[in-house]
Amino acid sequence: MKYQTQKIAYAYFAVAMALFAVQVTMGLVLGYIYVQPNFLAEILPFNIGRMLHTNSLVVWLLTGFFGAAYFLIPEESEREIHSPKLAYLQLAILVIGTAGVVVTYLFNLFEGNFLLGKEGREFLEQPRWVKVGIVVAALIFLYNVTMTVLKGKKTAISNILLIGLWGLALLFLFAFYNPSNLALDKQYWWYVIHLWVEGVWELIMASILAYLMLKLTGVDREVVEKWLYVIVATALFSGILGTGHHYYWIGTPGYWQWIGSIFSSLEVIPFFAMMAFAFVMVWKGRRDHPNKAALLWSLGCATLAFFGAGVWGFLHTLHGVNYYTHGTQITAAHGHLAFFGAYVCLNLAIFTYAMPILKGRDPYNQVLNMASFWLMSGGMVFMTFTLTFAGTVQTHMQRVVGEAFMDVQDQIAIFFWMRLGSGVAVVIGVFLFLYAIWVPGREVIEPGPTVRAAAE
Amino acid sequence: MSETVETPHPLEQLPGDLMMWVLIVSELLVFGAGLAAFLAVRIGDPAGFAAAQDHLHRAAAGLNTVVLVTSGLLAALAVRAREADKRLRTRCLLAGASVLGLVFLVIKGMEYADKAAAGIGVETHPFFTFYYLLTGFHAAHVLAGVIILGLVGWKDSPRSVEVGAAFWHMVDLVWVLLFPVIYLLR
Repeated sequence: MKYQTQKIAYAYFAVAMALFAVQVTMGLVLGYIYVQPNFLAEILPFNIGRMLHTNSLVVWLLTGFFGAAYFLIPEESEREIHSPKLAYLQLAILVIGTAGVVVTYLFNLFEGNFLLGKEGREFLEQPRWVKVGIVVAALIFLYNVTMTVLKGKKTAISNILLIGLWGLALLFLFAFYNPSNLALDKQYWWYVIHLWVEGVWELIMASILAYLMLKLTGVDREVVEKWLYVIVATALFSGILGTGHHYYWIGTPGYWQWIGSIFSSLEVIPFFAMMAFAFVMVWKGRRDHPNKAALLWSLGCATLAFFGAGVWGFLHTLHGVNYYTHGTQITAAHGHLAFFGAYVCLNLAIFTYAMPILKGRDPYNQVLNMASFWLMSGGMVFMTFTLTFAGTVQTHMQRVVGEAFMDVQDQIAIFFWMRLGSGVAVVIGVFLFLYAIWVPGREVIEPGPTVRAAAE
Repeated sequence: MSETVETPHPLEQLPGDLMMWVLIVSELLVFGAGLAAFLAVRIGDPAGFAAAQDHLHRAAAGLNTVVLVTSGLLAALAVRAREADKRLRTRCLLAGASVLGLVFLVIKGMEYADKAAAGIGVETHPFFTFYYLLTGFHAAHVLAGVIILGLVGWKDSPRSVEVGAAFWHMVDLVWVLLFPVIYLLR
């Protein structure tokens, strides 16, 4: 660790990993409710559990991004973070807000209250006071890192990361605008939901991936930057008007079907470019970095993001297809692998890279961490397949044949059982990852030819 | 496109800037997909598409083709003039290309006004949905191109002029593809 303030990332990563554990545990509960619908029906209704599953996902990913920024910005700009105190204050606000959200959801407190009640808008259910807290935290963060970068060295990686994080904060402001017209409500809602994950988050992803490639492979910065610019340009070119693929059936004009279909089809390109980038860098790289686990997560991230976000996204993005598949388990399949591949793996890659440095025990045995990669990724890919089959059968029986929703759900129960099984594998993988990151500190091993062979 | 970056030497030889070529390829993919979709939907209703097409001004669009191709010629001559270090001549040629771009937009605007007066909108018929989307999106690029030509005329390094002309030729090329498919194809 070259800079003392990189230590800030440690606290952020710890919070993110704790929430990660909560998120996947809640996912397991939901997977069980799918096959045993009365489980916890009185004390934890499915919709509340789902809110916790999705909201905690977004919060821990964001916390991880913030942590990653605090970790890599000092190295990139070659100076300490402007104010560590503000960084910890920002984390405290995020933690209090998260705790407030969980308590409000679980006990359904202050229903209907303007400031304190939950808002009932999917993914943006947070009470208004929490939303304000998120904006305040984001402003503190942006002030802090922008001041650091402005005073220090400006690199393409930190510039793209900052553009992504600024965009993230500005787009969140649409969460406060909630028109009573349902079509308009949805239109603006996607400004947050879509333009986050298929817009500015891709910039954050590309820059963090570029940082990891720079460190792990030792390829020249100039080459990394050229790739980064191409990825960012294609991401924005396709992603912004790609929002149209959410405007097929919400009451927006019909031409959105063509704008959405054409532009969102091109959203595959930046994900393909990121995958190509990661592999080409590793092939070209001269550095034999000891942290093989971080490299595995980085390559896994780029690959699974291409399949989850790119291929599985394209699968149902054309409006002629989406007319039948909209809102079926196909969407759930895509959602799981896209978020896991693109953003979960990215966070786990930077955790795996940074935590040994932050804990001062580098290099160390990473076999457990790599085992957790295969267990988690294997489970998630299996889950994606089962949900895709479930969605295909559901689409045919419900949308083509015209059977009733619940009748169809009964007949695809076998897939939900298999999904539960793959969910168990994912959760075991997550706890194995957390164990591998936090516990075996003393198992420091000398880098040598045997280790290198084992790691590869 | 991007996957070829692993062999940087041919890419280094591209005129202008790599990022402009990324943009050009992306644009061609979008317009290509739009035209392909247009032709695919047309298969389902050839008579309706032909009847709708009769409402278009083929002569105005033909004139616009001449205007835009001439404008492209001026931009190409501007690149040559800049390479010969004739900066005043470069700027005059770029200004000429821009003015012709504006002429294109005026003629296009008259066409749109005429359609609007006849009560033809984007939802009138699938033909007009594609007509407005494709030509409207193209017109937006003409406007962007005029601004880009203005910028590279102001900061007129040979490389910038080359980059601006590359974009302008793409706008030109797209029109030459749109014109026969939308206006002429029976």
